[in-house]
Amino acid sequence: MGAGHGHRLHFHGHSPVHRAPAHLKLLALLAFVLVVVATPREWYAAYAGYLAVLLGVVALSRVPFGYLAKRMVVEVPFVVFALLVPFVATGPRTEVLGLTVSEPGLLAAWGLLAKGTLGVLASLTMAATTEPTAVLAGLQRLRMPELLVQIMGFMIRYLDVVTAEMGRMMVSMRSRGCEPRSPRHWPALARSLGALFIRSYERGERVHLAMVSRGYTGKLPSLEEQA
Amino acid sequence: MTTPVLEVQGLAYAYPDGHQALFGVDLHVHRGERVALLGPNGAGKTTLVLHLNGILTAGAGTVAVSGLPVEKKHVQEIRRRVGIVFQDPDDQLFMASVRQDVAFGPANLGLKGEALQRRVMHALDLVGMADFADRPPHHLSFGQRRRVAVATVLAMEPEILVLDEPSSNLDPASRRELADILRSLDVTVLMVTHDLPYALELCPRSVVLSEGTVVADGTTYDVLTDDALMRANRLELPFGFDPRTTGMAPPAG
Repeated sequence: MGAGHGHRLHFHGHSPVHRAPAHLKLLALLAFVLVVVATPREWYAAYAGYLAVLLGVVALSRVPFGYLAKRMVVEVPFVVFALLVPFVATGPRTEVLGLTVSEPGLLAAWGLLAKGTLGVLASLTMAATTEPTAVLAGLQRLRMPELLVQIMGFMIRYLDVVTAEMGRMMVSMRSRGCEPRSPRHWPALARSLGALFIRSYERGERVHLAMVSRGYTGKLPSLEEQA
Repeated sequence: MTTPVLEVQGLAYAYPDGHQALFGVDLHVHRGERVALLGPNGAGKTTLVLHLNGILTAGAGTVAVSGLPVEKKHVQEIRRRVGIVFQDPDDQLFMASVRQDVAFGPANLGLKGEALQRRVMHALDLVGMADFADRPPHHLSFGQRRRVAVATVLAMEPEILVLDEPSSNLDPASRRELADILRSLDVTVLMVTHDLPYALELCPRSVVLSEGTVVADGTTYDVLTDDALMRANRLELPFGFDPRTTGMAPPAG
């Protein structure tokens, strides 16, 4: 039962965007998001500019737009929220497509949608062009505290292991006539998630044991020097 | 005789919850030996293994590795000398690439740069995984992960290699490949296993642990053909397997 090759968000390639050093990409992403968030939402032209820049980077990275578009579903809850705002906000009313909506609400919804979409698209582009380990090495170079980098590294390493374990538990539940999607079986699902938590915790202990057995004293060897 | 690589004397241990797992274990392993540690589930095999590199500390008795007692003050040197390969390679391989994982142990010992890389590649060569150095461990097959797990320990150049259930979950081809690798290594081996044919194939000598004490210590062939001993300790040969027909009988007997 091998895990899928590469990370789910990563799109293999050799474009200049793929090759750029991870710490520079991290800084660029952070700067881009901060600028977008700080731009007043009435500056419509600026948003068009941001989008153009972002699309330019995506085109340069040769990651298909469809690939990114599929992964943008994570934004859906925000979109739903943004679409609700014009109906529930107060203030002067205006007509759009025969519906009466709040004018400041409409503006707020636009701001939320535009900033959210740009942020998500930029982050996805980063994830699609940078291996998780490169992100970690980048964070290390940016002087992120050692302990946090270690924790994130273990998270990446064991995400697949824990997901596969959960998958096997789900299969065994289904095989015994339980349908995890049906609310009637949610108590069983909750208990199995509890079991998964305990198992992961115990695995954590075993991993620590294996590390200590190889002389671990609290510091991982640098990722960069071998990456 | 020279100092044994592994010398366990009167080792007793009770877990903090009061459950006593070991009642005075005596075990000597000499340089170059390959010894199988057999016993039913719950016999205390894993508990014994965890004493060998000082993860657990003896309640009574002593453990020494090449004459160096397992004590808090030399725990780092003990862990270099005793290399434990755990049962689940996913517990042992936690870095982002095979190379980093194999480098983890020697880097903790203070090796750096060129010397570290040489050590890593040598260990990977020994298990035939040098071509996979830059792959993430979770993309390898189970058998390959088990071999890399062995390499992570070999990279520390241990004096004794301790394997916990090395053949578990392996398909027959991977199981045979691992046997070939273990035979080719010039290192003392202590192998905890339920796989009795594997023990017979690889280890001339076997030690049977039952309810926290050593109940038998002799050639693997003699142990596996002693029906009364086998029955008394919940040891069973797989269906159709008879050690007498394998041609592994010791020349003297």
